Amino acid sequence: MSEVFTKSMARNIFYGGSVFFFLLLLALTYQTHEAWPERDNHENLTDEVRHGKELWEVNNCVGCHSLLGEGAYFAPELGNVYQRYGNSTEAIKAFIQSRPKEGIPGRRSMPQFNFDDEELEAIAQFLKYTSGINTNDWPPNIQG
Amino acid sequence: MKYESQSVAKLYFIAAIGLFVGQIVFGLIMGLQYVMGDFMFPEIPFNVARMVHTNLLIVWLLFGFMGAAYYLIPEEAETELHSPALAKLMFWVFLVAGALTILGYLLVPYSTLAEMTGNHLLPTMGREFLEQPTITKIGIVIVALSFLYNVGFTVLKGRKTVITLVLLIGLAGLAIFFLFSFYNPDNLVKDKFYWWFVVHLWVEGVWELIMASILAFVLIKTTGVDREIIEKWLYIIIAMALITGLIGTGHHFFWIGAPEYWLWWGSIFSALEPIPFFMMTVFAFNMVNKRRINHPNQPAVLWALGTAVMAFLGAGVWGFMHTLAPVNYFTHGTQITAAHGHMAFYGAYVMIVLAIISYAMPLLRGRKACNSAASQVAEMWSFWLMTISMVFITLFLTGAGILQVYLQRFSDDPMPFMVVQDKIEIFYWMREGAGIVFLIGLLLYVYSFFIGGEERTVEEKV
Repeated sequence: MSEVFTKSMARNIFYGGSVFFFLLLLALTYQTHEAWPERDNHENLTDEVRHGKELWEVNNCVGCHSLLGEGAYFAPELGNVYQRYGNSTEAIKAFIQSRPKEGIPGRRSMPQFNFDDEELEAIAQFLKYTSGINTNDWPPNIQG
Repeated sequence: MKYESQSVAKLYFIAAIGLFVGQIVFGLIMGLQYVMGDFMFPEIPFNVARMVHTNLLIVWLLFGFMGAAYYLIPEEAETELHSPALAKLMFWVFLVAGALTILGYLLVPYSTLAEMTGNHLLPTMGREFLEQPTITKIGIVIVALSFLYNVGFTVLKGRKTVITLVLLIGLAGLAIFFLFSFYNPDNLVKDKFYWWFVVHLWVEGVWELIMASILAFVLIKTTGVDREIIEKWLYIIIAMALITGLIGTGHHFFWIGAPEYWLWWGSIFSALEPIPFFMMTVFAFNMVNKRRINHPNQPAVLWALGTAVMAFLGAGVWGFMHTLAPVNYFTHGTQITAAHGHMAFYGAYVMIVLAIISYAMPLLRGRKACNSAASQVAEMWSFWLMTISMVFITLFLTGAGILQVYLQRFSDDPMPFMVVQDKIEIFYWMREGAGIVFLIGLLLYVYSFFIGGEERTVEEKV
């Protein structure tokens, strides 16, 4: 780089640019908060759904599955599993319950978590709630 | 080694390398579970192996960053470290906390670990990469604050250089943005949004400052190029990193319930994120071409050039490939993401830590400038084995990802996830093969530390 472009110019671009774009990020974040009520399905965020999210977390479901595309890619996407299972929380619960304790020889299998009925319902409701979030039409199709 | 207190870095580097080996072993376990689904089930299910793999990576990179800071800050500040005893104490605190956390993952079911550690009091667990029990997270904050205090006071009493300043800004940012890991709202959309304030603003933000400053330090030392020139490059590189990377966060907000305008902000700014990485490549090669000395530590120069190139390929090119919203719509959350993640982390952060270790470790072990020729040859072989196998891991995962996207998301007759996984199995087998070569390279790397012999000396370039 030539002498026309000095170190102090580079420094000023760093400080000026970083501060400016950090403030812009904050402004856009604020705007995002304003826009959320229209999109985040909060009207269906019940205590049961909250409990479901907690179960989702303490069983590390995201360690195998993705949810809205984020997580691990070892097991199916669950952001739209409610629709994939025919808009049925019962089908989701039945699947979770049916997992064999010792797995399936040679194949990937979800562990058996021994949830009680209330926990199963909470998880299913959490996944149903998630499927109602406005995700700009993602995923592209029902397979997730 | 000019200052006695730099020697604390050695502990950090040794721990980093040890945990690196553990990370790769668990990577291979996961890789095998992709093709032999019941491997180690139900003792070590995939999610546990994955937590160990990713958390070990984060922890050993943090050890590497801290070691780098403890090595280079006294030298740059031209003074002894504020408190070597605190640095040693925090090393053991961090190591023990890290080891207990990993053991917790392996020995008890995750929900039991959550219960044991009182997760319900302040729920922070169970989110990707932030799986650590809340108590561990608090421990990380304490270690980070003591560390910042220690290196901060060292800089305050000594010479202030651009390198230390940028490194400190990067490390302070690392600590500050980690605080978002304690924010876990019930609202999933907000949870996901602020989760990225840790993850993105780390790896596509402040970590780039850490990387660039360590790279600048290694280049000053190994090329003898004038500090003024290197510092100017450093400023402009990190300026571009933050100018593109801050709003570039938006490329994670496309499909998680954030407003649509993020499709534009995220696409445009993240498409510019390769620029600072490209500049780093130009910078590294330029400085080595203009070198005023032929430093006898060839592996250190090799890692420095390697990290610049591989970070550009992994973070820059592989990131750009799927960052535009219309492309990401199809690739989001597939093996394409995994491919990018592997090469970007290896290129940018693994290799920069190995570069500073390569430069500093011989000096920390009391050598004049470098290891023996035989040791250097082994280390350079390990460089190529690891780097080339990582290229292949990335290519195989990309192949898997392209097929996955087509079969599951793009074709007229989309297939279910698990059906597609069976169809792309061959790529997972090849990835596992490349992973084994990576482990061999890593073991050779470890072995290179035990090769003795006469060292080479610095020569002026004629």
